[in-house]
Amino acid sequence: MTAIFFLIFAVFAVFCAINLVLQTHPIASALSLIGVMGALAALYLQLGGEFIAMAQVIVYAGAIMVLFVFVIMLLNAGAETPTIQVSRFVKYFGAILLLGFFALISFIILGPLPATEGVTFGAFQGTTLDVGRKLFTTYLLPFEVISVLILIAIVGAIVLARKEV
Amino acid sequence: MNAPVPLSWYLILSAILFALGVAGFILRRNIITVFMSIELMLNAVNLSFVTFSYQFKQVDGHIYSFFVMVVAAAEAAVGLAIILTVFKNRSTLMIDEVNSMKY
Repeated sequence: MTAIFFLIFAVFAVFCAINLVLQTHPIASALSLIGVMGALAALYLQLGGEFIAMAQVIVYAGAIMVLFVFVIMLLNAGAETPTIQVSRFVKYFGAILLLGFFALISFIILGPLPATEGVTFGAFQGTTLDVGRKLFTTYLLPFEVISVLILIAIVGAIVLARKEV
Repeated sequence: MNAPVPLSWYLILSAILFALGVAGFILRRNIITVFMSIELMLNAVNLSFVTFSYQFKQVDGHIYSFFVMVVAAAEAAVGLAIILTVFKNRSTLMIDEVNSMKY
């Protein structure tokens, strides 16, 4: 049961990611990215990350992607037109190199994993209480620093995008 | 009915999404699509963080993932402001055509 849900959302996420890379119009890529984020939120729920799943849907899919869609609307971005011709050898070699890169990353991140480990839904719950407790005691300094970072980002965005007087 | 899903499956999915993000970052010419590939890479890393947080049964990975989301939000705001400025000055969104310092 857990495996079926994982496979459904994982296949959907990979399909949306491939769609993001292959689509020509940026708005289609933006909608595919929203699909990836929704599938990842479901996977976070399965891993017990209730707070992170909610934050993903509200902040990432609900605010950042809406910002992207607004910018695509403002810039009136159209579909890409291919101007350079790549040979078929380059395409196949690039696909093989991409698979090699993926194999390298998999080998590195699967290294520190114990052999018998499985995910069962409900074995671990990252509740908002636990996250808040850790965030305001152990990780208080990074929390304050990141607040300053957001302030810098706000000021920077306004300065960059304003009209020159 | 609730057989455990191997943890390595989540990490393989994270690696696939990261590799696809790298492919989109290198191959695409529209600057907004390049930026969205960066967001895809950040999401793949978030999945990896939450997976390892499950392995150790601690919420530290969730907190790192939260920080990654906040940094991604700040980066999206500033990056999109830069994209708007580039568009205002060069009137193009294709990164091939932004190829000289002096216009």
